[in-house]
Amino acid sequence: MSDHSDILPRRQSIGGIADQLTGIPLHFPAERRWLIAMAFASALLLLLIISVTALFTRGVGIWGINIPVNWAFAIHNYVWWLGIGHAGTLISALLLLTGSEWRNSLNRFAETMTLFAVICAGIYPVLHLGRPWYVYWMFPYPATMGVWPQFRSPLEWDIWAVLTYLTVSLVFWYTGLIPDLAAARDRATGRGWQIFFGITSLGWRGSAIHWLRWSQAYRLTAALAVPLVVSVHSEVSLLFAAGQIPGWHSTIFPPYFVLGAAFSGFAVVAIIAVALRSWFGLRNLVTDDHLDVLGKVLLATGLMTGYGYVFEVFDALYSGEAHEMRTLLDRVAGVYAWTYWGAVLFNFVPLQALWWRGVRRTGWALLLISISVAIGMWLERDMILVTSLYRDFLVSSWGKFTPTFWDWSTYLGTIGLFLVPFLIAVRLIPMISIFESKELLHEEKQEAHHG
Amino acid sequence: MAERSYGMLGEFDSPEGLLAAAKQARAAGYCELDAFTPFPIEGLARILRIPCPWISLVGIIGAFSGAGTALLMQMFTNYDYPLNVGGRPLYALSAFAVVTFELTILFSALAMLVAMLWQNGLPRLNYPVFAAPRFHLASKDRFFLCIKSQDPMFDDRGTAAFLTDAGAASVERVPP
Repeated sequence: MSDHSDILPRRQSIGGIADQLTGIPLHFPAERRWLIAMAFASALLLLLIISVTALFTRGVGIWGINIPVNWAFAIHNYVWWLGIGHAGTLISALLLLTGSEWRNSLNRFAETMTLFAVICAGIYPVLHLGRPWYVYWMFPYPATMGVWPQFRSPLEWDIWAVLTYLTVSLVFWYTGLIPDLAAARDRATGRGWQIFFGITSLGWRGSAIHWLRWSQAYRLTAALAVPLVVSVHSEVSLLFAAGQIPGWHSTIFPPYFVLGAAFSGFAVVAIIAVALRSWFGLRNLVTDDHLDVLGKVLLATGLMTGYGYVFEVFDALYSGEAHEMRTLLDRVAGVYAWTYWGAVLFNFVPLQALWWRGVRRTGWALLLISISVAIGMWLERDMILVTSLYRDFLVSSWGKFTPTFWDWSTYLGTIGLFLVPFLIAVRLIPMISIFESKELLHEEKQEAHHG
Repeated sequence: MAERSYGMLGEFDSPEGLLAAAKQARAAGYCELDAFTPFPIEGLARILRIPCPWISLVGIIGAFSGAGTALLMQMFTNYDYPLNVGGRPLYALSAFAVVTFELTILFSALAMLVAMLWQNGLPRLNYPVFAAPRFHLASKDRFFLCIKSQDPMFDDRGTAAFLTDAGAASVERVPP
C-alpha cells in the first residue's frame, strides 16, 4: 500500500496510546474550539427545530415541492445523508474482514459518523410524509380497519432497510466500543467519569475467554454489515428504479447508487479525519499514510462513480426510448443543466489531483477535494431527482422546482442534527479505537523485532 | 480455614511473557486459568483450552428466525388484506426479498450481541479481579494471568512462587 511497511510509527508505546486516546474525553484538550464548534452546530440544530415546527404547523406546502416535482429536497437529502453513512460501515466492516490494518485509526469516528448520518437521513422521509403523525402506518400492526402495509411496494421496504441499518450500525459500533470504554473507565479519576464509563463498559475486564467470544461476535457482525450496506442503498435506488419515470427506470441504479454512496461517504470520512487529527494532535495515529490510502480509496470510488455517469448516458442512448433520451437531453442541456455539470465538475475535476502522492498526503488538499466531492454528490442526488421529475411523459404535467427558504433551512438544520451528537460523542468517548491501535502497534513491533 | 481468595494474579509486561507463563502453568498441572489482556492475543485461547464459542450458531439461528418471521409476516399481511395490483401475484417472493434480507441481518446481529453478552456474564459491573490494585493496567499495557483458587493445585504461597518463577513482574492475591 505504501513505501513503509508500518502504518503506525513504531516510536510510541502501547501504554502511551491508551493514555493519549482516553485523555481526549477525560482531560479534554480543546475545550474552547469545541465550544465554538458546538455553538455553531447548536445554531444549526435550532434552525432545524424551527423549520420542522413550521413544517408541522403549516404542512409540506412551505417547501418548493409540487406536482410533478414532489420528491425534491426531502428525498434528495435523504439519499445523500444515507450514502454518507455507508462509508463508515464499509471502512469498519469490510476492511476489518480484509485485514486492512490502516482502518484501525479511522473506524471509530467513521462508525460514529454513520450513526448520525443515518439519523439525519431517517428523519427526511418522515418529514416528507405530509401527515407525519401517521408514520406508524408503515408498521404492520393489527389496525381496527383490518388494513396492512403493502409489502410489495419499495416505499414500504424503505423503513425496514433504514431501521435495520441504524440498529445494526449501533450494535456494531457499541460492540467495538466496549473494550475502549473499559480502558477509559480504568483511567478515569473523576467520580462522574468513573460512573459513566463504569456503566457503559458493562464491567468488561478483558478476560481471554471474553475476548474470544467478543472477536467472534464482532467479526460476524462485520460480515453481516457489508452485504447490509449494499442492500440498503440498492433498496434506496429501487425506490427510483421500480418506477417508470424516465431517467430512473434502469438496472444501473443499484450499483450506481452504492458506489456514489461510498464515494461521498469516504469524502466525509476524509474531512473528519483531517479535522480531528489537527484538532487533537493525533498525527501519530492518523498519519500521512492514512490520508494517502484514504485519497486512493476516494479516487477509486470516484472513478467507479464516473463509470456510472458514462453508463447512465449509454443506457439512455442504447434504450432507443424517446422519453429516456429526452430526459438525458434535459439533464445535460435543460433548465437544470447546472446541477448535472455542477455534479460532474465538483465530483470529478478536483478529484484528479489525487493521482499525485504529494496531494494525497497533504491534509488541507485532501480536505478541499473531499468538500468538493460532498458538494458534487449533493448536486448529483438533486440532479437525479429533479431532472427526471420536472419533465416526464406528458407535456401537460411538466413543471419546475425552486427550493424555498424552508427547503434550505431544513437541509442546513440537518447538518446541525449531525454535528451536535457527533461533537458530543467526540467529547465523551474515545474517537479512535484504542485496543485495535494497540494490537496493531504490538504486531508491528513484533515484526520489527523478528526482522 | 481463613477466607479463601479468588485466585492469584501474575502481571506480565508482554503478550509473549504471558503466553510462556500460561504454557508453564498448563505444564505444571494448573487447569483453572484465566488471562486478562488489553487486546485479544493470538494463541492464548488454545493454551488456556477455552472451548470454541457458539456465537456463530446463535447468529445462524437468529438469521433463520429473522428470515422466517419476515416471510411469514409478508405472506400473512397479503393473505389477510389481498390487494390486486394489476393482476400481480399476491405472494411475490421477489418483492418480499428486501424485507426478508433486512430482518435476517437484524435478527442475526441482535442475537449475536445478546449471546455474546449473555455468555460472558455481562453486564456485571463488579468482579473480584477488579480489587487487585494493579489490575487497572490490564486495559492499558499489562497482561495478567490468573490462577483461580478452585484449582486443586492452588495454595496461596506455592502458586505465588510459581508465578514469580514464570517471570511475573508482580504477583497479587485477589480477595474473594
